[in-house]
Amino acid sequence: MIFKGKDIISIKDFSKKEINYILDYAEEMIPFAKGEKYKDLLKGKVLSTLFFEPSTRTRLSFESSMNRLGGRVIGFADPSGTSQKKGESLADTIRMADSYSDAIVIRHPHEGAARLAAEFADSPVLNAGDGAGRHPTQCLLDLFTIRSEKKQIKNKNIVLLGDLKYGRTVHSLAYALALYGAKLTFVSPTSLKMPNEVTDECKELGIEPSYSSNLEKTIKDADVLYVTRIQRERFPDAEEYNRVVGSYKINKSLLENAKENLIIMHPLAFRFGWPCFH
Amino acid sequence: MKKELKVPRIKDGTVIDHINAGNAVKVLHILAIPKTTSSTVSVAMNVKSKLGKKDIVKVENRELDPKEVDKIALIAPKATINIIRDYEVTKKHRVKLPDEIIGIVSCSNPTCVSNANEPVESRFKIISRDPPKIKCYYCEREPEDIADRII
Repeated sequence: MIFKGKDIISIKDFSKKEINYILDYAEEMIPFAKGEKYKDLLKGKVLSTLFFEPSTRTRLSFESSMNRLGGRVIGFADPSGTSQKKGESLADTIRMADSYSDAIVIRHPHEGAARLAAEFADSPVLNAGDGAGRHPTQCLLDLFTIRSEKKQIKNKNIVLLGDLKYGRTVHSLAYALALYGAKLTFVSPTSLKMPNEVTDECKELGIEPSYSSNLEKTIKDADVLYVTRIQRERFPDAEEYNRVVGSYKINKSLLENAKENLIIMHPLAFRFGWPCFH
Repeated sequence: MKKELKVPRIKDGTVIDHINAGNAVKVLHILAIPKTTSSTVSVAMNVKSKLGKKDIVKVENRELDPKEVDKIALIAPKATINIIRDYEVTKKHRVKLPDEIIGIVSCSNPTCVSNANEPVESRFKIISRDPPKIKCYYCEREPEDIADRII
């Protein structure tokens, strides 16, 4: 299977066969990620990491991978020190990064920014999150975790909880889980429900997601509970945020009703408050 | 009783018929008429027809390129294009949306990168032709009211 030159903008850009290949390969790379083995597969290669929005795990995981495999990283973690402050367009920033590096990782507050970047770059572009849009690399990681923990994804009851409207990780993950034939339940306040576009994508794959606002009921059959943070920064007004904050709580009494082998996942950043663990 | 035409027949030109009632002005806007033509343009709105009310646009002395006109299917999926020569219909075809439309509709998502100050035109993929449904190439959102988003 050849991925050379391929952009990673959306998980929909991959077939199930291709995702399986990546997950299998990731399995083999675990000793390299841990530093137990070393191979300079990327010696002489330069990766640009352009983070127009805050990031901890995503940026460091790309940088760590690059370093572990003998490559180098250039870029920024805060756009305030870049020409964007002078009014430079994203397209121009991408053209510049493209000429300095062999691949570009981008996180940006605008949905579709990675798709636009791919139009202006000859090198492959990897979407590390575009606003409330998609997060395909987190999605690959989440699939990897579920597959490792549950052995298979098909027919597993997977509950996506929290900010399903603005949460980019759940947009990518819902599609991918539907591709694998998981049973999906979306639990969120009404104002944060999964966008129709994502639900339609699941339906096109033959998966009819269930909706619920009652976590106590839903948790009973769940094999995986995937929780997302409510993102204050995506809300157009603070009142809407305050209305939904604290809607769900994950605590010991809730989990008493859950299956013994339920796994709880969270893409982080974790924020005490909503949905919260006690 | 002899039927009376609300808009007189034209000798040469193009007649766009079966436009959803009330959308004629938007059709003219999509086709950039009258910016692109000095021809006489007649518009009839809310004309009674077998299938209810419809709008009609007649452009004299100009044969519109069917491919150019196809994009009006966004708001008038049942419209027909009739090329008129010497009062006779010489060509007739129903509009058909292309697979992609560029620079005609703006994305309804305010935080879509196509609405930022970037050197790109809006771009949508057609996901359903009748009723028309489109998806932004960049942010993958689907505007609910396409007519409202026409640039």
